[in-house]
Amino acid sequence: MTPLPVSIAAAVASFLLLLIVFELIRSRRLRERYALLWLLTGAVLLALSVWRGGLNTIASWFGVETYPPAILGAVGALFILVVLLHYSTVISRLSDQNTILAQRLALLEQQQREGVTEPSR
Amino acid sequence: MAELAEVPVPPSGEILAQLGELKRIAIVPSLNEEASVGRVIDEIRAFDPGFDIVVVDDGSTDRTAGIAADRGAHVLRLPFNLGIGGAMQTGYRFAFEHGYDLAVQVDGDGQHDPAQLPAIIGPVLAGDADLCVGSRFAEGSGYQSSFARRVGIRVFAYVVSAVVRQRVTDTTSGFRAVNRKGIALFAADYPHDYPEVEATVMSVKHKLRLREVPVVMRERAGGASSITAFRSIYYMTKVLLAIFVGLFRRYAVPLEEDHHR
Repeated sequence: MTPLPVSIAAAVASFLLLLIVFELIRSRRLRERYALLWLLTGAVLLALSVWRGGLNTIASWFGVETYPPAILGAVGALFILVVLLHYSTVISRLSDQNTILAQRLALLEQQQREGVTEPSR
Repeated sequence: MAELAEVPVPPSGEILAQLGELKRIAIVPSLNEEASVGRVIDEIRAFDPGFDIVVVDDGSTDRTAGIAADRGAHVLRLPFNLGIGGAMQTGYRFAFEHGYDLAVQVDGDGQHDPAQLPAIIGPVLAGDADLCVGSRFAEGSGYQSSFARRVGIRVFAYVVSAVVRQRVTDTTSGFRAVNRKGIALFAADYPHDYPEVEATVMSVKHKLRLREVPVVMRERAGGASSITAFRSIYYMTKVLLAIFVGLFRRYAVPLEEDHHR
């Protein structure tokens, strides 16, 4: 069985995560589309910390008999992995878009310097 | 209050006379709409040649921008796809900076019939509304949609109506008219991704008077809908979260009239 202090600490930590994410969205420092994964992470961790019997059951599925809270760490790590992977895709898209912006800017500057008549389509 | 089916549509002639010298613009967001954007432009002109038209090309890979430019529309060509929210805001910024008094949104895919512009322009012109939305869910509109979409539309209608304390039936309609106040607000702040729902809530929070009028929309003339069944679940979660958080959020500041870029 999960020691009670561990459950409490985990619950408080995941609740804090949810609170921080909420405040970041509210103050417009985090867009909703990037917050959904964090909210899911916080919600799942909170659920597993509070629902102690459930954590034991899940731990037993994976043969973790000695220390069920290890599952909390594993789930947390899994979510962090997913978030990181998501960020990699976001960064890739941003750098692609950045390239396009720089190219458009160069073309516009050239047009402005040299003057342009009717752009060819 | 938004009441449906009781708003008499003013005759076009009357509306056209009232439009007079008003500086007015139709914002036409388009993504790969080469099949329909030309017809949309022609139909807006057929309704009222006094409308300036700005086509916001949201990163099309087809001839959308070229077709629109050939018809003499202003074309804002985004270097990559920003999503409908970013595209619409581009149009509103254009409208704001060029001093337009009235803006209408007409989709480049042809689902909005420019002949019905009098319905959404009427209340704004009469000073009864700052934002007027054409709703599909009037009697006899015969609107057909997928199951997932119908559920989403119901949920949004319920949530938005509760939040704005006013009956709203069609939160996802992009057939809208706004006055200068609305243009200034949307130029300063427009929601991302799937913006109509949030834009409706935002306007009411900013004390803009919202009104819905019944309209009939057409089948899409070309292109593909940007919302698939799978994505609609993601969008629903995202938009509901945005509405919820929006309740606790500070208001955005509409652009001031002396603001430049």
